[in-house]
Amino acid sequence: MTVDLSQFYQVFFDESLEGLDAMEAELLRYSAGTQDDESINTIFRAAHSIKGGSGTFGFDSIAGFTHVLETLLDQIREGQRELTNQHIDLLLQSIDCLRDMINRLSAGDDSVPDSAAQLKAAFEAILNDENELGPEPEALQAKQILEETSSLEQLADTQTLGWKVTFVPSEDILMTGNEPLFLIQELTELGDHEVELITEHIPQWQQLKPEYCYLRWVVKLYCDCTEQQINEVFEWVADECEIKIEKLQTKSEQSIPAKHPPLTSTQPQTAMQSVTQTTDSNEQIEQTKPVVNKPAKSKQADANSIRVGIDKVDSLINMVGELVITQAMLSQLFESEMTSQTLSRMKEGLAQLEHNTRDLQESVMRIRMLPISFVFSRFPRLVRDTGQKLGKKIELVLQGESTELDKTVMEKISDPLVHLVRNAIDHGLELPEQRLAAGKPETGKVTLNSYHQGGNVVIEIIDDGKGLDPVKIKNKAIANGLISASDELSEEQVNLLIFEAGFSTAEAVSDLSGRGVGMDVVKSNIQALNGTVDVESEVGKGTTFRIRLPLTLAILDGQLVRIGQHIYIIPLVNIIESLQIDPKGVSRIGGEYDVLHLRGEYVPIVCLADVFLHKADAQSLTEGLLVVVEVDGGKVGIFVDDLLAQQQVVIKSLEANYNKVEGISGATILGDGTVSLIIDIISLVRMAGVKSMATANLVSTDVNAEGV
Amino acid sequence: MKKILAVDDSASMRQMVSFTLQRAGYKVTEAKDGVEALGIAKNETFDLVLSDVNMPNMDGISLIRELRTLPEYKFVPLLMLTTESGLDKKTEGKQAGATGWIVKPFNPDQLIATLGKVLR
Repeated sequence: MTVDLSQFYQVFFDESLEGLDAMEAELLRYSAGTQDDESINTIFRAAHSIKGGSGTFGFDSIAGFTHVLETLLDQIREGQRELTNQHIDLLLQSIDCLRDMINRLSAGDDSVPDSAAQLKAAFEAILNDENELGPEPEALQAKQILEETSSLEQLADTQTLGWKVTFVPSEDILMTGNEPLFLIQELTELGDHEVELITEHIPQWQQLKPEYCYLRWVVKLYCDCTEQQINEVFEWVADECEIKIEKLQTKSEQSIPAKHPPLTSTQPQTAMQSVTQTTDSNEQIEQTKPVVNKPAKSKQADANSIRVGIDKVDSLINMVGELVITQAMLSQLFESEMTSQTLSRMKEGLAQLEHNTRDLQESVMRIRMLPISFVFSRFPRLVRDTGQKLGKKIELVLQGESTELDKTVMEKISDPLVHLVRNAIDHGLELPEQRLAAGKPETGKVTLNSYHQGGNVVIEIIDDGKGLDPVKIKNKAIANGLISASDELSEEQVNLLIFEAGFSTAEAVSDLSGRGVGMDVVKSNIQALNGTVDVESEVGKGTTFRIRLPLTLAILDGQLVRIGQHIYIIPLVNIIESLQIDPKGVSRIGGEYDVLHLRGEYVPIVCLADVFLHKADAQSLTEGLLVVVEVDGGKVGIFVDDLLAQQQVVIKSLEANYNKVEGISGATILGDGTVSLIIDIISLVRMAGVKSMATANLVSTDVNAEGV
Repeated sequence: MKKILAVDDSASMRQMVSFTLQRAGYKVTEAKDGVEALGIAKNETFDLVLSDVNMPNMDGISLIRELRTLPEYKFVPLLMLTTESGLDKKTEGKQAGATGWIVKPFNPDQLIATLGKVLR
């Protein structure tokens, strides 16, 4: 039977990576001192499974590497060794190395990273250090070689006439699940044979226990099998049973086999058959090593799979069922005669259909949702390594790990988060002595928090470090020409400057943060997800970065707006309010655009019809409506003819179906089948050439300086 | 059709074992640890149980010990599937009532061949 093992590779890779994650998490608990009794077992088990699987599937490089890890972990588990920090470091590095190996294998590349040999040597050095502890890897290998040689010797010892095997089972052999008959059968499959049953040990009826075995066998094998092959048959029962194996000596004993083996007699075998069977068993011995197939290439590695809880699938199936019923009901109604009664029932049916569709949509969305712990889980390691490098003591607190987020959003938010956390540690947290001097606990705290708010997911990165220094930021911004010295900015505005392109306050560009990828990239990444980021900071107390993201990228709550005959969609998240313009509050600035004085703020007005070159119905500002949206912490008013419905729209990519269009983030299809474009507020405002203004004090004096 | 209960916490091993056994004509039920296996085994009897040793919740040796005490499993072959070829694990397993052991890594052919000792 041939089984193509490559079909299990992907599962093996997936579970190995999961195992490594678990290992890593538990190791980090050790270094934080929060491990429990199960920790070492979990770590050991992960290494053990990876070793077992890699051996089975023929990934010898992984198996060899994991072997040393497993040996060390086993000694620790058995209490023969303490898990030291050195061990933890090495193990963590090994985890990285194994991840690398697995990723390479799943991409069809069986090369081994350079670090593997070094790490393996380091483990071997530890293991060899205390010789009394456990067998050394070399010793093990030596032993294996020895075994192999001895088996070779035995294989060479094939000139025997045959064997006489006396098998005396223990009386309770049946209770171990072993069946003497099967063992005899197995034995007789080795070649020509003669079986003799010895029944003289069966006790008197009164003493006979029906579940016991009182029979004994003598099997004579007339074949060139080895003693080892015979021993292998009895391997499992050798300890409890008496097995005597003797070489057949005399010619007389090598007589022609009896015509049929008594009692076992199930398979009277011809010489031909037994010869083939012997060949078979030889083949099996030669095949002890699984055939190393190259992993199926690339396709599997790219397989972007998602694990879905069975409850989610169940509810989906349920929902589809409902949908089918509703559909059946509706088509039945159409077949019947139209009366006012059927009409009202049809209306009901349509309402039902709408309900079903919405439920179905929600269920499908839920499938794409994953708990944010998928992202959070990589931070303990990151925080530990970063802290170690910088000599800072850090406690990482994870909150709201079960908050669910769309998988695509999750993948894209991961890098910005890493950047923010690195920043918090590098720039935010102080060194232990500085903290003590400032009257704070020596250990700094970084909190990652996540929760749902409305249709959004909020992720907070909170540190209790020194906070942003507004003076430093401002000076830097002036030096970089981001603002002019005369600008009066609120602290909030100053803090937002760190998100501007080309801004970095770290005095020395460290290895960790400030590697050219600035906060502006973080911000644009988040904005690309239709999200926002802001920062709150208090000098000496700490900083909080708050990221707001839509739950999903596939669906959006939109406000339909009309300009002439055109319908556009403004994402509801961006909208603060919609209002009718009071002309008294409008003033023209620089002869170019209007601002509305709204409750102490000046809101620039962007006329959508002008930007997109449409002909608007509204001839003056009083005839239309103003949709006030939030852009980069400031407000901008978008002037439209009319507001229509608010509805959820499914986002279709314009880029994939047509071209990238400035000011437009995508398209959707409305209920009547027309295509409507979704406005990308940020790029729209950029197109209009308007810079938002957050507060009133900027406007009158500095509008021109703002670079309008 | 002979029924086999395959117990392993590693999904890839479980799938491999299960696939191999099914190809060889056995009906296979899978369990991911000792606790789950014991629950299944109490509701349905099997002709053979093949269990990994190292598993969370309940390890293979404890599972075998528990199974052997059940009247339905008095004579049923219970095999350990383990990389620990060390004598102590085998002895521990035997004392718990294991019929035998299969040492990992093994290939599908070896697995089927070994079953012949206890299941025909």
